[in-house]
This record gives sequence, C-alpha cells and structure tokens, in this order.
Amino acid sequence: MAVTIVKERWTSKVTEVVIGAEPKAVKLGGETTMPFLHFEGGMPNRPKVALEVFDQQPGDWADVLMAPFADVMGDPVAWAKKNVALGADLVALRLVSAHPDTGNASPADVAETCRKVGAAVDVPLVVIGCGVEEKDAEVLQAAAEALAGKNCLIGSASTNNYKTITAAAMVHGHNVIASSPLDINLAKQLNILITEMNMAANRIVIDPLIGALGYGIEYAYSIMERARMGALMGDKMLAMPVVCFVGQEAWKTKEAKSPTAESPQWGDQAKRSILWEVITAVALAQAGGDLFIMRHPESVKQFNAHLDVMMKAFTY
Amino acid sequence: MILIGERINGMFKDIKEAILNHDPVRVEYWAKRQTEQGAHYLDINTGPTVSPEDAPAVMEWLTKTAQGVSILPCCLDSTNPAAIEAGLKVHKGKALINSTSADQAKMDIYFPMAVKYGAALIGLAMNEKGVPKGAADRTALAMELVVNADAYGLPMEDLFIDPLALPANVAQDHGPEVIEALRQIKMLADPAPRTTLGLSNVSQRCAERPLLNRTYMVMCMTAGLDSAIVDVDDDLLVNAAAAADILLNRNIYCDAFLKTFRQR
Repeated sequence: MAVTIVKERWTSKVTEVVIGAEPKAVKLGGETTMPFLHFEGGMPNRPKVALEVFDQQPGDWADVLMAPFADVMGDPVAWAKKNVALGADLVALRLVSAHPDTGNASPADVAETCRKVGAAVDVPLVVIGCGVEEKDAEVLQAAAEALAGKNCLIGSASTNNYKTITAAAMVHGHNVIASSPLDINLAKQLNILITEMNMAANRIVIDPLIGALGYGIEYAYSIMERARMGALMGDKMLAMPVVCFVGQEAWKTKEAKSPTAESPQWGDQAKRSILWEVITAVALAQAGGDLFIMRHPESVKQFNAHLDVMMKAFTY
Repeated sequence: MILIGERINGMFKDIKEAILNHDPVRVEYWAKRQTEQGAHYLDINTGPTVSPEDAPAVMEWLTKTAQGVSILPCCLDSTNPAAIEAGLKVHKGKALINSTSADQAKMDIYFPMAVKYGAALIGLAMNEKGVPKGAADRTALAMELVVNADAYGLPMEDLFIDPLALPANVAQDHGPEVIEALRQIKMLADPAPRTTLGLSNVSQRCAERPLLNRTYMVMCMTAGLDSAIVDVDDDLLVNAAAAADILLNRNIYCDAFLKTFRQR
C-alpha cells in the first residue's frame, strides 16, 4: 500500500552569506527546509567547519588538545597553515592578546598579525576579538582595516558595541557576527539594529552563544530551531545563517578537561573530550547550524564524516 | 496577519476622477502609500460608476498603474468575471481574486480561473439567498467552497473564505456568529482554508469606526482570521494587527515589532 509522504511547504528561505574570496570562498545558508530534509527542500550549502588559531599561546588548553598543534602554537601564521592542511574550510583567528588581562596588545599589533595570517592562507578568515566589548570595538576596527577586501567574518558585535564593528565591516567589505546571549528576541532585535545602519542582511551571521552538551545545549537547540522555522516562514530578521562556537564551549567542560586518572569512571580523556566536541557539533547541526568553529582536528574529521552521510540527497 | 489595502476603489472621489480622466497620479500615490504603511495586497476596485463594458479595460489599467510603482500583489475586486480576467492577464506575481460566492454557477467560473492564472481566491460564505445568520449555516456554505477548491485543484491555502462581517448597529447578532464561523471554517480541511473579512463593514454607519474595526479584527484574529481588507492608513489598526501576531505567537517577538510588521 503506497503511503503519501507529507511534505512541509515553507514560503521562504535562509539567506545565503559568502565569506572570503574565490577560489576558496565559502557559502553559508540558503536552506529551504529544516536541516537535512533533502526530500522536502534544498540544502545548497553543506555546514562548514573552521579551526581556531590563537594569536598567543593559550594558557588553559588540555594536553590532548595542545598535542596536534605543539609545533605551531607560538606562531599564528604556521598554526593557520596547519589548520588548512588539517582540512578546515576556514581559519578562525582569535585576537586574545588584546585582552587587558593577557597582554593588552594594541590595535596596531593586532592588525599586523591579521595582515600576516591573511597573507599566509587562501581560505576565508573568521576574526574574533578578545571578548571585552570596548577593547573589541577598537581592535576589530583595526583588524577589519588590515584585512580590507578579503571579505572576512568579523566578530562579535553585540547590542553594546555593534555600531563601531558594523561600520568597520561595511567600510572594509566584511561580514559581521551578531551575538546575543541565548535570547531569540535580542537576536532578532540586533539584526534589525545592524541592518538599520544599512549593512546588507546577507552579510550577517547569527551567534546565539551556544552551550555545549550538558551545559545548555538544549536551550541553544530550541532557539536555533525556532529561529530557523521563523526564517522559513518569512521572518527576514531571523533568516541569517548561524555560527556555533563548539570548540570553545566543549573544551571548557569538566568532561573534556578532566584527565583519565582524575575521572576514570568517565573513560579515556582523549576519546571522551573529542566525543564531547563532536556530539555538541552534531546536535547543533541538527538544529540548523551553518558554521562550526571547532578546536580538535580529530573532532573535525569525525564531524565531517557525519556530514558526508547527512548530506546525501534522498527522496521517498 | 495579512492586510489588504482598500483605498484604490472607484467609490473614492479621487480614484473615480483618475479613472474618468485616465490620470495615474492618484492611483500611484495610493499604491505607494499603502505599500509604505504595511499592506500585503492592494485591493483594486473600479467602483460603482464604471459600466460593465468598460470595467475590463479599467481593471487592467488600474492593475498596471498600481504595480508600476509597487511590488505588492493585487486583490482584484469586481463582480464582473471579464474584468477580473483582464486584471489577471496583466498581473505580476500571484493575484487574489475578490470574489466568488457559494453559488455553483459563480464557483464554476472563478475556481477554474484561479487555477488557470495561479491566483488565490476569496470565497464568500453566501449565495443568492443572501448572508445566513448562524455560524453553522455560514460554515455549511464555506464547506461548498472547500469542496469546489478540492474538485478544481485549487490548493486549500489559496482559498480565503469570508464569513461576511455585517454592521454592528443593525446586525449586532451577527458579530459573534462570524467569530464562531471562523473557528469552524478552520476545521473544514487539513491544511485548512484561509480566511478573510471586509473589516470596515462591521462599523458601517456606526460611531467610533476605527475603534470598532480594530477591536473586531483582533477578536477575529484569535478565532482564525488570516487576512482582512482594511484602511492601512489607520496606524492604530496596523499596530493592533502587529501586536496580535506577537500575542498569538505567530511572529517572533523583538522590541521593534511594530517596525518589522510593516517591512515588505
């Protein structure tokens, strides 16, 4: 007996955002249905993965995480090149040295690092500030200028500092990450504020500030899902692709950081920590994540293996 | 909530003269203004003074003039099938035909026309006997429209059923019946047909027209009203529609919700 497959008919789609320049430009978004439902609509762009580069040796990374990068950690250029060799679609450069507590590097210093890394790799760049809003306003302005014309993704703009960052992105031809603390209403409002400055809606990527598995992932999942449905139903101010900072969140957790000896009941740390990062990414891909900023190359490999299967087109 | 702007109607003096003199200025003015005010469709009505022979040409001219300055689709408002078809022929995008009744002879004209031109269709829950009183009787006529949509192959979301609002002063007992009819109409099929109302009818010749209009609109939205033909210049009305969409969880909240509701 034949069964009629019920298909949802969405009236709108997720905006497509292009990061970087040809030939290695990366496209995010463009979906016309909920994640991976290829029988029902289009998913023209596979979720993309970025690996992180810190512009200064990270102080608190687990040994398991430092191991793959031991030979490049002091050198952002070498590190960025290694990330490309490890299969990253983009490189996410973190300007941690600008943080007042860990070096307080000047915008000029930071700009120099950006220039060097930008010249060293041909994949698109995501550039993240130090996380202190007022410092980031200056630092990201300098970074945007140093990378003018490379169509990077600059982050993050929040309700308190979006004006300077958006202006810098507009002037120097970049895209902007709009960040809101797990609040769909704030996310929508921030996109409105940014587009009111005449920033094109297809140059914005939403960062909902996801939590890792066990640390708020379901809240992030429900917000991402609701925003995605809004987008498919015509809400232009929630139709932007979504970025998930999976590496940062997963590697913060006790489950990732605790050595095997300390928590033997949790099993081998190497396996466990990577699993934590992969499962966080996989779950959020199901919620509509388009860009994943990750840390361990093995996690990237496993996540991509998952995406290889999930992206196979199918019909009924 | 979908708003159909009612202003381009030959019953208004400036539009009547524009039609008489073949002068596009006022038509373009109201097309642009209603678009800025947040309309989703522009109702296009030749008005009562245009003869049946002239109606098709006038409808064609009004549609082309309005769409020359606005990206909005039109709601082609006429009792004359030739005029409706003339508008459909030049219409850019998906039009809304206003309207058919539940008389089989009319349905046999308008449903195939809607399917042929890929248009949506407003169906009035009335026939040659008039507007029924009770909700159940309105729903019974709505069912005729649903059955014809199914038979002719018009997608159910493209059928907008109008349970017919009547003036609150002389037909006060119809008010709650329309609301109940909206609820019942939404249960007639899955996916459900959509619904509409000529909202200004509820306050015809009453005092406090804007207040009656926007209050009734919100009451009906809760019962399943998807769209209405309204005066989009009435900011309080448009704001009430925006607020009701938020309160009914049909649109994701943001502080600038009044602004985003009006963006096209």
